[in-house]
Amino acid sequence: MRRKLRVAAALLAILCVAGWLTLGANRGWTKTSRTRMEKDPVTDIDFPTVEKHFSPGVDGLCIGLLLAAGLAGISFAFKPNPNHSS
Amino acid sequence: MTEFKFTLIAALAAASTALAAPTKFDFKDPKGVNNVVFKTDAPLESINGTAGGISGAVLYDPANPGATTGKIVVAANSLHVGNPTMKEHLHGEMWMNVAKYPEITFELGTLKNAKTTGDVTTADAAGKLTIKDVTKDITVPVKLTYLKDKLKARTGKEGDLLVVRANFVVKRSDYGINASKGEDKVSDEIDLSLSVAGTAPKQN
Repeated sequence: MRRKLRVAAALLAILCVAGWLTLGANRGWTKTSRTRMEKDPVTDIDFPTVEKHFSPGVDGLCIGLLLAAGLAGISFAFKPNPNHSS
Repeated sequence: MTEFKFTLIAALAAASTALAAPTKFDFKDPKGVNNVVFKTDAPLESINGTAGGISGAVLYDPANPGATTGKIVVAANSLHVGNPTMKEHLHGEMWMNVAKYPEITFELGTLKNAKTTGDVTTADAAGKLTIKDVTKDITVPVKLTYLKDKLKARTGKEGDLLVVRANFVVKRSDYGINASKGEDKVSDEIDLSLSVAGTAPKQN
């Protein structure tokens, strides 16, 4: 159990960091939409178009890493399996 | 003969008055292009957002741009930021309270220092900005671009376009927007960038 929890914690931490990096490495708060600016050809006005896009921020990353740390911490509550070296 | 001259003069006077009359440009843009971009840059956080719910009308005379008058209205509930919780707070009672104060308005009084080159006029627009029922006199540098007969390229109807651009700063403390609170995350000074186009279809 101890080993399984630690593997789960490591996987969760890797997934969180990889997901955060893949989805834009947003250093602000989590966003559920993104705004792109386009140019109107007649008036030359730059105007925003809002589209749904999930971009996890540092808040999401921190929650994921805290959960991973929690799992790793819980693993210490279990005694090491004598059949394994770790 | 005298009667004919009088009629001719009267007709010419009426025609010149009609030609000199300012044109009404409607700023409710069906294309959804009109927008305001707002930015706050506080020590802990930088926030960018937009608003698209623009309406209002401007009376503009290409022969006399300095006499421009009008009113631009922004629907407060069109204020948008990417984070849903932040947007909820922005619309909420502590900040913009959009349920109670649904409109942000700028009423143009006079255009000062108007300089026109071709179809472009730059000027200082003096008027009254109202946010959350607080009205302040402000002067904003504006750029007006008159696009004669360009409406057809956008909507297929004959007519003109008037593009108004302005960049200016307002202090949220001046308008009671959660004044003197949370300035580490939302700066007191808000940068605003207005880009709007008004339409004036030709009357047949």
